[in-house]
Amino acid sequence: MSRQNLRAIDPKKVSGELFTLTYGSLVAQLLKDYENVEEVNRQLERIGYNIGMRLIEDFLARANPGRCYDFRDTADKIQQAFKLYLGVSPSIGSWSPGGDEFSVVLDPNPLTEFVELPDHLQNLRYSNVLPGVIRGAAEMVQIEVLASFIADSLKGDNITEIRVKFVKRLEDAVPAGED
Amino acid sequence: MSAAEDVLFELLHMEIVKTFTDSKDKDDAASKLEYIGFTTGYRFVERATRETNRFKDELDIMKYICKVFWVSVFKKEIDNLRTNHQGVYVLNDNNFRFLTRISSGKQYLQYAPRFVTFTCGLIRGSLANLGINCVVTAEVSHLPACKFQVQVQRG
Repeated sequence: MSRQNLRAIDPKKVSGELFTLTYGSLVAQLLKDYENVEEVNRQLERIGYNIGMRLIEDFLARANPGRCYDFRDTADKIQQAFKLYLGVSPSIGSWSPGGDEFSVVLDPNPLTEFVELPDHLQNLRYSNVLPGVIRGAAEMVQIEVLASFIADSLKGDNITEIRVKFVKRLEDAVPAGED
Repeated sequence: MSAAEDVLFELLHMEIVKTFTDSKDKDDAASKLEYIGFTTGYRFVERATRETNRFKDELDIMKYICKVFWVSVFKKEIDNLRTNHQGVYVLNDNNFRFLTRISSGKQYLQYAPRFVTFTCGLIRGSLANLGINCVVTAEVSHLPACKFQVQVQRG
């Protein structure tokens, strides 16, 4: 083939754009299907949760991250996963005094590369799949967390920030009569 | 093992399929999945071809889809392209990525269509952006192989 110039394009970047565009089409379709923006936010979070539940398995196999001994370990692994799957390195910070809450600051947010929010969708949490992924992945390693956006550059904030809060350790549930 | 970002794309696709086939109005699921693919393909190919030389003709575009485009989306080329030279193209992928996670054999064959619909749209959208109006259908007879048929609409 004569199109040698095409091989110069970084395949990682191409995959990233494909993901971003596919996600954008999904959000657009959900906005058509549900009149209610809150419901779209909820759906995106649920989709993220389901992805996270499966993605953790791939992460454990691929990165072999080892055990988390405290919540700071967990934060490091979340940072590592963002690098691995989305090619961005978020910064972790704003720890609460008790060490049970931290922020993931995305700069840039790869999902919003081609996105601008129209005025009537200011309540849409466009990237709500991301906190969902964090929650789903954490649950599969026995940590219950709350994760949500507290700042979003799509809405005029300076940064995009996800707040992650430790809720509790989940114990293995043993079926009754089998302990 | 496939690259990390490909796993993410695969999982997103899986969830998109699930979201629309599980929803209340599941009769529309196929057309919604197709449309999500269409808009994705339309915009993706626009970006992917910005550095490309002008295409000679329709067949040249189809070859681009089978080779370059397929590699950037599915990390492999289409295994076989056939045409009747009258606007019908058949693209065979013997190991279609969205079907490789399904157990092969007859048992789950009935679920195959929902996993290829997005890609039908993806092809149709890409071709639409490159100036070809067409209808794309898919046929799965042995998992994980898939046959996409492109019927160009003339006039």
